Amino acid sequence: MSAPQKITYREALREALRAALTADPRVFLMGEDVGRYGGCYAVSKGLLAEFGEARIRDTPLSESAFTGAGIGAALGGLRPIVEIMTVNFSLLALDQILNNAATLRHMSGGQVSVPLVIRMATGAGRQLAAQHSHSLENFYAHIPGLKVVAPATVTDARHMLAAALADPDPVIMFEHVMLYNAEGELEPVEAVPLTGAAVRRPGKDLTLITYGGSLPKALAAAEQLAADGIAAEVIDLRCLRPLDDATIMASVRRTRRAVIVDEGWRSGSLAAEISARIVEQAFYDLDAPPARACSAEVPIPYARHLEDAALPQVADIVAAARGVLGRG
Amino acid sequence: MALPDADTALALLRQMLRIRRFEDRCAELYSAGKIRGFMHLYNGEEAIAAGIIPLLEPADAILATYREHGHALVRGVDMGAVMAEMYGKQEGCSRGRGGSMHLFDAGTRFYGGNAIVAGALPLAVGLALADKLQNRPHVSVCFFGEGAAAEGEFHESLNLAALWQLPVLFVCENNLYAMGTALARSEAETDIHLKARSYGLHSAAVDGMDLLAVREAATAAIGHVRAGNGPYLLECHTFRFRAHSMFDSQLYRDKAEVAQWQARDPIDLYERELLNLGLIEAGSRAALEAEVEAEVEAAVVFAEAGTWEPVEQLTRDVYTQPAA
Repeated sequence: MSAPQKITYREALREALRAALTADPRVFLMGEDVGRYGGCYAVSKGLLAEFGEARIRDTPLSESAFTGAGIGAALGGLRPIVEIMTVNFSLLALDQILNNAATLRHMSGGQVSVPLVIRMATGAGRQLAAQHSHSLENFYAHIPGLKVVAPATVTDARHMLAAALADPDPVIMFEHVMLYNAEGELEPVEAVPLTGAAVRRPGKDLTLITYGGSLPKALAAAEQLAADGIAAEVIDLRCLRPLDDATIMASVRRTRRAVIVDEGWRSGSLAAEISARIVEQAFYDLDAPPARACSAEVPIPYARHLEDAALPQVADIVAAARGVLGRG
Repeated sequence: MALPDADTALALLRQMLRIRRFEDRCAELYSAGKIRGFMHLYNGEEAIAAGIIPLLEPADAILATYREHGHALVRGVDMGAVMAEMYGKQEGCSRGRGGSMHLFDAGTRFYGGNAIVAGALPLAVGLALADKLQNRPHVSVCFFGEGAAAEGEFHESLNLAALWQLPVLFVCENNLYAMGTALARSEAETDIHLKARSYGLHSAAVDGMDLLAVREAATAAIGHVRAGNGPYLLECHTFRFRAHSMFDSQLYRDKAEVAQWQARDPIDLYERELLNLGLIEAGSRAALEAEVEAEVEAAVVFAEAGTWEPVEQLTRDVYTQPAA
């Protein structure tokens, strides 16, 4: 076996796109600045020259129309990948995503499916202020008819797209902006599942449950806790709809303590949903109430120190972990 | 004007009578509590669906609004399945999941009644993109009301279709009222087809009460699109004789205006024209009406005999089930 390959998250996504475009002539990519510009976050750089304008399609700034056109193209037998620059902009396409993509199959009595993948950047950390920095994954994870995934490792970034394209229903894929430059070791696997959580670090004293851009922070927190003799298990949700209750509960029943780390605002967050499920399903196995490390209830500010303060940081996760252990 | 042959002329009259009788019956069944939810009748606008849809090929795609009973019937969606859908029965064309506003039939490429105004336009663009990229000579036809012209999706979709020269026929059924808001109270430019020109589409306007005029204009429009000349917008001036939906007391328009349009009932106009042309005889309409009556009553019997989907299947079809 060859030595593990180091690769950035961005490169992994680009390789995934290249492989998908090569494997299936029905696959094409469209979105704002995906072609000539090379992608707002440079994910699709070089693909226009490689695959041509028919399959790497620059669109006007019309999120609703090009997302809806992706839905229509999926109905028409293609396998579109729609890129939306940021989750904030995706609100302009929310009508198409909710009222059409997520709904058409059920509303038609099962006659039509929408095999569409929508990729979008999410999250804060680049001082882009309140219209480019939010984490609205929970909006989409709320919607029946969608599957929602958040690759957090380079291996998932490399292989989740193929799993999403193989799915007959619409899949929303969230790429955290702070992960694009992150480098990791690409595991020597051919494929990964679309759904299901993964234990990224085993531990016995508490469970840290997170996803996407917060995974590196949770792993850093676990490392700090380990220095104090606390063994934190870290679960990467990977898929936000459907949630993998089995993996979450198996871990929490063993560790008896849980902290959910979520860059979304606390109220109505995915962390709230997971907390509720833990209480519903594992209440009698808990030694402490579940705790949450979420974003402050504020539009994400521009200034660095304020942005940092708005987001769940390693220190917040460590403090929450100590709290559920009674060692705060 | 290229006139239809006698058989086609009669078939088109029959289609309008089918829509009219079906919907009159639906209104009765609504009052009787058999049909619920929002229901929007096409009464007065029949010449548009009947003038355009029979010109399409079986592989062409159709998208419509929540006022789509007529389009579904003319396209060939089984009347019994449509009526069963109105009832909410699982024998309905959308298994009872859609109702009046969401008739679907994959077999005839009828992609639904869409109840978000302008929501289907981007889908039509995408279906046309799929055809273009796969070198299929199909046309995607999207019907919508003039109210859609106020939505951003209308403008985004026209631009995208023209930019990419996609085979879409946009059909604006301009019945002058977006629910209760008159066109002139919501748009500074009330010629919808002129808006299309500004996006680089070819467009035309036609008297939507005159079936033969609609048919002629649509023949040219479909020919333009199918020949690969890019999208086209056809604006049909029309009027709905009944209320917007079953909950509308029509306080926003004069009875005189309604009466003026009703004097140009598209079915009566067409019948007179066919009589003048000698394409039908004096008793032709009555004979068709008797046949249509029987078809509608058979549809009601089918819907009445339909069954309720077991509640255990409530979440069926939210996601595609893996093949067993």
